[in-house]
Amino acid sequence: MSATTTDPPADRAEPRRSLAGAPLAIEVEGLTRRFADYTALDAVDVTIREGEFFSLLGPSGCGKTTLLRIIGGLDHADAGVVRIGGQDVRGIPAHKRPVNTVFQSYALFPHLSVRDNVAFGLRMKRVPEPDRGRRVERALELVQIGALAGRKPAQLSGGQKQRVALARALVNEPKVLLLDEPLGALDLKLRKELQVELLSLQRRLGITFVFVTHDQEEALVMSDRVAVMRAGTIEQLGEVHQLYERPRNRFVGQFLGSVNLLEGTVQASSPEELALASPVGTLRAVRRPGDPGATGKLTLAIRPEKVRLLPDFGKGENRFECLVEQVIYTGNASHYHLRCGQQRLTAEAMNDAPAVRGLQPGQRVAVELPPASLIVLED
Amino acid sequence: MAPAQRTIEVRFGEQLTRGGQIARSAFTSGPAIAWVTVLLLLPMVGILVTSVLSRGPYGEIAPVLTTDNYKRLLGFGLLGFDPQYPIIIARSLLLAAGTTVVCLLAGFPLAFFISSLPGRAKQVALTLVVIPFWTNLLIRTYAWQLLLGPDGWLAEAASALGLVDEGSPLYPGTFAVYLGMLCAYLPFLVLPLYTSVEKIDWAIAEAASDLGADGPRVFLHAILPQVMPGMVAGMILVFIPATGQFVIPDLLGGAKTVMLGNAIQQQYGASRDWPFGAAITLVGMVVVLGGLLVQQRVARKSGQPAGEGML
Repeated sequence: MSATTTDPPADRAEPRRSLAGAPLAIEVEGLTRRFADYTALDAVDVTIREGEFFSLLGPSGCGKTTLLRIIGGLDHADAGVVRIGGQDVRGIPAHKRPVNTVFQSYALFPHLSVRDNVAFGLRMKRVPEPDRGRRVERALELVQIGALAGRKPAQLSGGQKQRVALARALVNEPKVLLLDEPLGALDLKLRKELQVELLSLQRRLGITFVFVTHDQEEALVMSDRVAVMRAGTIEQLGEVHQLYERPRNRFVGQFLGSVNLLEGTVQASSPEELALASPVGTLRAVRRPGDPGATGKLTLAIRPEKVRLLPDFGKGENRFECLVEQVIYTGNASHYHLRCGQQRLTAEAMNDAPAVRGLQPGQRVAVELPPASLIVLED
Repeated sequence: MAPAQRTIEVRFGEQLTRGGQIARSAFTSGPAIAWVTVLLLLPMVGILVTSVLSRGPYGEIAPVLTTDNYKRLLGFGLLGFDPQYPIIIARSLLLAAGTTVVCLLAGFPLAFFISSLPGRAKQVALTLVVIPFWTNLLIRTYAWQLLLGPDGWLAEAASALGLVDEGSPLYPGTFAVYLGMLCAYLPFLVLPLYTSVEKIDWAIAEAASDLGADGPRVFLHAILPQVMPGMVAGMILVFIPATGQFVIPDLLGGAKTVMLGNAIQQQYGASRDWPFGAAITLVGMVVVLGGLLVQQRVARKSGQPAGEGML
């Protein structure tokens, strides 16, 4: 992972905040979990810092939930170590771990009121009254469900249940809060509201959040760092802008947003740059420390919004001409599906950009791929 | 132009005349009402009426109103105070309660075990639970006599393990009675309980454990409330028929004690005292139903959906 965490990209902002010096909240080493017919986790290493909003992102079946469950003590590993706050938690059952979980299905106690659901953890730890009641009230207020305290879970909406589940976990003041796709069952608008709320809650409380999601946007919006997982391994781990700007391979590039892929053969390379013979001609790309070796066959990637559409057809580096096949209007921007000989590209441009004003399917357009925006992929 | 006001009439089905309505109701609900009236309500009224009449000199029902039957039942008989019948009722209730407890202790592990089996084995296990139903109760009970008798292999195994003295039988006795009761009533508890166990949301158990509950408290706070409906339904299905059971305690307990069931049988049979038999029947029923009502009140107050719809 060192390759992806060292070098901040040249063309993007600073990381939103760095926790590089913070003590470690969770260390996972060589964690392996096999089920009867597949391997859910294959020697996974992760370290999560105190106070960090850390996301595990990946398609279903990639092992992200299994990793979360093993950290929480709800599942066991076949090999590997988990340390929470420096302490090896192998052999420590779930009910004695300093972490709490927000479950995907909420898993509220159906026979208990909202207040009793939230009080459950404190009752189990035998926190006496009036301290218990005070903490419960504070947790209810924290997620703004004080008015619902007397209701049963069956009388709540999805969003309200989500808040109860959150309060029920937070009231215990865990070192780490584990969230298993907590917003997955909610509609888009509510999900976006809760994303912002969850993030501000995390910042205020300073609790480490480990957040499992398959929604790349959710991970980008909220996380300090993200681990992208596939088939039981971590494909790439880093701050969100690093993952977006410098994906290591096709999977990460395509999972976080969309990406254009250009395959070709390396013609020349130096530590700083390389030249690739591609279907759209020779492309020059800037290399960065840690990029894979530049020989033989290679794939370059570029984000649609980095593809530049130009008003004139003048000669220039990484410039060529394409046919506009389709224009998809998305409000403030449009997506342009382009055919450039053998190569297909998608470009995204703001609708008020002069170069694209009046651009129609069937027209030809000049396209430039800036060398610094081309990403050298590992596969 | 203002839109014209129009009334839209929505009517479900065609309109019926009053006579038509009655005819339709009679056709749909009539059979059920007739069934309940003829087979349940009328006999109940018959028992109620019989219980306040007297026994004639030849064992016939004499049309003389009296409360003597109930007085006798409460222990105030001709020969002074003798709590024979309250004791019989208490003994039957105790046997029923004991049977319910034994069935719970055996039924819980069994229901969870069956639920944990893979699909096909589950079907087989459920069939095995039901199989005893296919055998006559008397035959099953006599079979226990053979198995538990001094030459039966169960008794031999028990004495080999040092649980009982060599050559002594496991029956008649309390152990044999409860074994027989367990065998007869376990399916009534296991089947509804199993249905509840199948529906358990295990994420709730995980949530409890995540929130600091150890094993026993996970069971108490996260699993028990979820299986409560099936558990209470099963308990009621065991408790009610068990209060009237007398064949098993007779055959496996040595026929030394009178139960509610054989007290009633005796009055209707050998003693030819139907009015007194009717009184015992009624009191036994009222005690059982009263107990269930109290149980339901308590359950509803504590917010459990326990046994809803059973009464």
